[in-house]
Amino acid sequence: MEWSALRADYRTDRHERATRIGRGLDSGSEDSIETKSYRDGARAVGPFAIAVAGFGISFGVLARAAGFGWLAPIVMSATTFAGSAQFAAVSVIGDGGTVAAAVTAALLLNARYGPIGVSVAPYLTGSAWWRFLRAQLVVDESWALAAQGDGRFDPRVLVGAGLVLYCGWVGGTAIGSIAGEALGDPATLGLDAAFPALFLALLVPQLKARRPLQAALLGAAIALALTPFAPAGVPIIAAAVACLLGVRK
Amino acid sequence: MSSTWLVVVLVGAGTIAIKAAGPILLGGKPLPERFTGVVELLAPAVLGALVAVQTFGAGQSLVVDERLIGVAAAAVALWRKAPLLIVVVVAAGATALARALA
Repeated sequence: MEWSALRADYRTDRHERATRIGRGLDSGSEDSIETKSYRDGARAVGPFAIAVAGFGISFGVLARAAGFGWLAPIVMSATTFAGSAQFAAVSVIGDGGTVAAAVTAALLLNARYGPIGVSVAPYLTGSAWWRFLRAQLVVDESWALAAQGDGRFDPRVLVGAGLVLYCGWVGGTAIGSIAGEALGDPATLGLDAAFPALFLALLVPQLKARRPLQAALLGAAIALALTPFAPAGVPIIAAAVACLLGVRK
Repeated sequence: MSSTWLVVVLVGAGTIAIKAAGPILLGGKPLPERFTGVVELLAPAVLGALVAVQTFGAGQSLVVDERLIGVAAAAVALWRKAPLLIVVVVAAGATALARALA
């Protein structure tokens, strides 16, 4: 069938399907997608939220020290909601870099949310606004928790986990930027090692078969190989290419 | 507008647009069949890269430092099926301890 015809078919089908999902008659596209609740996501994300809040405090302290005042870091966390990119932007400015350099560094780091957004798109149904709002709750941790390991994503886990992380990140930033100097730097507590450990914890359950293991190792190898040569963020985006191992002929 | 606020606005607007692109343009539509295998491997590929870069990356260089001790300790905790909170505490604690001793 022509792709455009398929799409038209799909559109007419979608309203009915959405209604069925709303009434609990249908679990969504294919089977068993929306079996978990928002609360499951919020619960599963707890340990991540603690680390993210600590990281938020770190960000608030650093941004304040880089001359961002107390309000701009909080506004940035509330709108950008992507830790590593915010750190990058603020440290470029703190080191006397230009606005263009800071923005470029941050957006390169966030470029991975392009393919990540595509991966969750089929499961974010409803109006354009509702899809837009939930898309903003996609961060590495909420996305990985929502991954069911078979290429499908649970939108409720994504939203439940994303909301808790959002509160932790914005709240942590506020504490750091307003009261930061009194707290000291959370990095001395080993927080910088908590993040790779958390990502490892998210990765392990995905490695049940050989293909995902190969993709993880290839992704890690690509990222490490490019780190000395490419600007921050590019190695992660390049590593995403490892998922092409899954192309079906 | 001061340059700091300009950074906040531009990074915010850019990130919001990047995050929204997929779900706005493709939202609710299934991906073509041949891409499902690709999406399946996106999470392990990106997570593998994040673990590697955050363990060994320091700006544009690769270093072996106390973070590796923390991540190795976390790997052992994961292998012993420890709860996530314990995994985080073990990773941060091992790294902080190694730094204090160094």
